[in-house]
Amino acid sequence: MACISSDGKPTESGTKMLRALKSGLSSAEEIAKNAGLPLFRVRSGLRELAEAGLAMEKGNKYELSGEGAKLTD
Amino acid sequence: MEEVREQVISLPRLGEPAPAFEAVTTHGVLKLEDFKGSWLILFSHPADFTPVCTTEFIAFAEIFPELQKRGVELIGLSVDSVSSHIAWVRNVEEKTGTKIPFPIIADLNKEVSFAYGMVHPGQSKTETVRCVFVIDPNQLIRTILYYPLTTGRNMDEILRIVDALQTTDKDAVATPANWRPGDMVVVPPPKTQEAAEERVKQGYECVDWYLCRKKL
Repeated sequence: MACISSDGKPTESGTKMLRALKSGLSSAEEIAKNAGLPLFRVRSGLRELAEAGLAMEKGNKYELSGEGAKLTD
Repeated sequence: MEEVREQVISLPRLGEPAPAFEAVTTHGVLKLEDFKGSWLILFSHPADFTPVCTTEFIAFAEIFPELQKRGVELIGLSVDSVSSHIAWVRNVEEKTGTKIPFPIIADLNKEVSFAYGMVHPGQSKTETVRCVFVIDPNQLIRTILYYPLTTGRNMDEILRIVDALQTTDKDAVATPANWRPGDMVVVPPPKTQEAAEERVKQGYECVDWYLCRKKL
């Protein structure tokens, strides 16, 4: 898992993506630019965050879930 | 009566869509579509912790910044496990100081290897040979290289191919033998007699109507 570690917590790159979502960014392209991560990593990472219930996908955009928001407080 | 089973393996071809995959890698689960919009070099190696492969990984890591400048992502593949890949890249960094910055597919079930025709039983029934697939931002296969197990790849040639393909796409030209960025390029051959006659008047450096070069 690239964004979620084996203990279920977000990794450094996962945390960067969650923070980017919290700041209002919603597309993989915007988040990659903002977080300084390769686009392919962000696309797979957002998918992983959504599978873990920390983000929600709507079309090609993402937003924080309630659980994800708690982790960025 | 002996049953004869023949397995037909279709190999990817130039100009066709790269076979889709979803694979476990050292950077998490990645899909081919995650790379859409970027150039991608997918390469296979026979096995982790082997000598030629180690020299190649160091060499790929060395050209990685040059690939990034050209908008190219890189992903490796072998049929080893992700734990083996992680142990190997950590060992390479520890012993040589070279960090491997790109993901490596752990293709234990050979799904990706077979889809891309990377297993050549005449070389090895269990390992992938040294393949290089250059995939464009539309995920079409633009170049395929196959090297045998005993021959490490030439990184200059891989960079040269990327430069040539990107020049072709940008300027609608072809590149001659041994072309390097900055050299003259080949103007595509004319398709009609009229175009051939026009060609020689256009100020290109022409050997004859069918071979004209120009500077970019």
